[in-house]
Amino acid sequence: MIEVTALTRTYGGLRAVDDVTFSAEPGRVTGFLGPNGAGKSTTMRVMVGLTPATSGTATVLGRKYADLPNPGREVGVLLDASAQHGGRTGRETLKVAALTMGLPMSRVDELLDTVSLSPKEAERRVKNYSLGMRQRLGIATALIGDPEVLILDEPANGLDPAGIRWMRDLLRGFANRGGTVLLSSHLLHEIEVIADDLVVIGQGRIVARGTKAALLATAGTLVRSSAISELTRALAENGIHAVASGPNGLRAEADADQIGKVALAAGVPLTELRAADGAGLEEMFLELTADTSREGAAA
Amino acid sequence: MTATTVETLDRAPAHAARRPAPAPIPFVRLLKVELVKMFDTRAGFWLMMSMAGAALIATVSVLVFAPESALTYDNFGAAIGVPMTLLLPVMAILSVTSEWSQRSGLTTFTLVPHRGRVIRAKLVVSVALGAVSIGVALAIGALGNLVGSNIAGVPTVWDISGNQIVMLVLANVLNLLIGFMLGVLIRNSPGAIVGFVVYSFVLPGLSVLLGNFQQWWVDLRPWLDFNWAQGELYDGHLTATEWAQLGTSGAIWLVVPLIVGLVMVMRSEVK
Repeated sequence: MIEVTALTRTYGGLRAVDDVTFSAEPGRVTGFLGPNGAGKSTTMRVMVGLTPATSGTATVLGRKYADLPNPGREVGVLLDASAQHGGRTGRETLKVAALTMGLPMSRVDELLDTVSLSPKEAERRVKNYSLGMRQRLGIATALIGDPEVLILDEPANGLDPAGIRWMRDLLRGFANRGGTVLLSSHLLHEIEVIADDLVVIGQGRIVARGTKAALLATAGTLVRSSAISELTRALAENGIHAVASGPNGLRAEADADQIGKVALAAGVPLTELRAADGAGLEEMFLELTADTSREGAAA
Repeated sequence: MTATTVETLDRAPAHAARRPAPAPIPFVRLLKVELVKMFDTRAGFWLMMSMAGAALIATVSVLVFAPESALTYDNFGAAIGVPMTLLLPVMAILSVTSEWSQRSGLTTFTLVPHRGRVIRAKLVVSVALGAVSIGVALAIGALGNLVGSNIAGVPTVWDISGNQIVMLVLANVLNLLIGFMLGVLIRNSPGAIVGFVVYSFVLPGLSVLLGNFQQWWVDLRPWLDFNWAQGELYDGHLTATEWAQLGTSGAIWLVVPLIVGLVMVMRSEVK
């Protein structure tokens, strides 16, 4: 359980995180989405006390992170897989974590096995690791204390397709056992596949949050017609907002039934009419963050 | 201790119920962690090795190059002391700065979200390791003194008093603390090491230069020049005034910047 309430972090005049409120529930995977520089990593760093909040609070399992007596045993954190001492071996890195948490050293081998780092790889220095291997080592560090909550910033970065699948299964299993997972990513497909809940952030502000099902349902209806301009006019006359989507297509903010009736009344032939779930997260993401993204309203 | 909860990982609904909070991390454990971290990196390991190596080379050099009359414990000790004055502070610097330069602090400070405790553990471990290193160095020097005088067929001269040894240890620990302070203040490995070189080798030169031209500095120097005040320690005895001078200059050049550094460590972001 993670609760973030009215969290704000400013740098000079810049509000990197601006009045952010959301929660991540046990038994669910919460996806934290946003364009580059939207404030995802800053929010996560504030949650674990690495960055002081300007105002607002963040609690994990009902407590401020700094008040957790042995945080590694309750919260697994991976904020940046490349932030590891390059001169230390993978095994030593895990050993230091296990030692800090007061775990038996047998956990080190168990976790190396869990994240599929071979004994030979574990003896190599982290400096010589690929990003994917560092990511696995970071996941192992997060999991070694058998936590109830996972906070992961871009954990799929650098993983190969098999690794991404592995990570997805791992997080799903963790949540299914009652754990809380908060993960950020800019890999929309990844989030779409794994997340139960979504929090979308743009320029430090929450632009949408809710269950994935509910948020994607608002994506509207995709309709195509050979007489697209007439259809556009007919929809506008009926007060239905629609935007262009692909060749001869519109994405309309109404259900298929309503649009079918409008088209029939206007005598416009349709070539396709369906819920716009295919556009899905990417379209929703671009639309929600259009005002705040670097590319402007490119969506 | 709570190994039972650990073994339930990956088994069914261990997560379902809110578990009891784990026991807090004791400070002794942090000491152990920081000690392990000193040795388990490539840089750390070779730094420790080079300290023993440098003590050995210094001892052998005295054996080979010093005239028979100079084969005294004092000279062995002095030769060994030279590499120590650089290596001990570097050890203390790296123990702090690697958390930022290598960015391992991201993990360290999330596992222990009380930076003061971590820094304190580093301080205790650095000082303890420093004291042990000086002990080992003095033992190597003693061995060299025995071997050297026997080879040369001259009487073995033990001309370092117990009081001198205490002062020598104090001087080296102070030197190590300067390194630690610069590490906390600068939090960047190359930067802090350069800072140490400036602090210990450039500033004293400038102080002498200034003293050549300005009489007011000559009068104030014992109170304001930390390096100058420390010099007395190597002679083995300080008067009350000299202790006061060491305290005053130390407050200015060690304590105040350390406090500033600690405040910055507490408030800064770890990225």
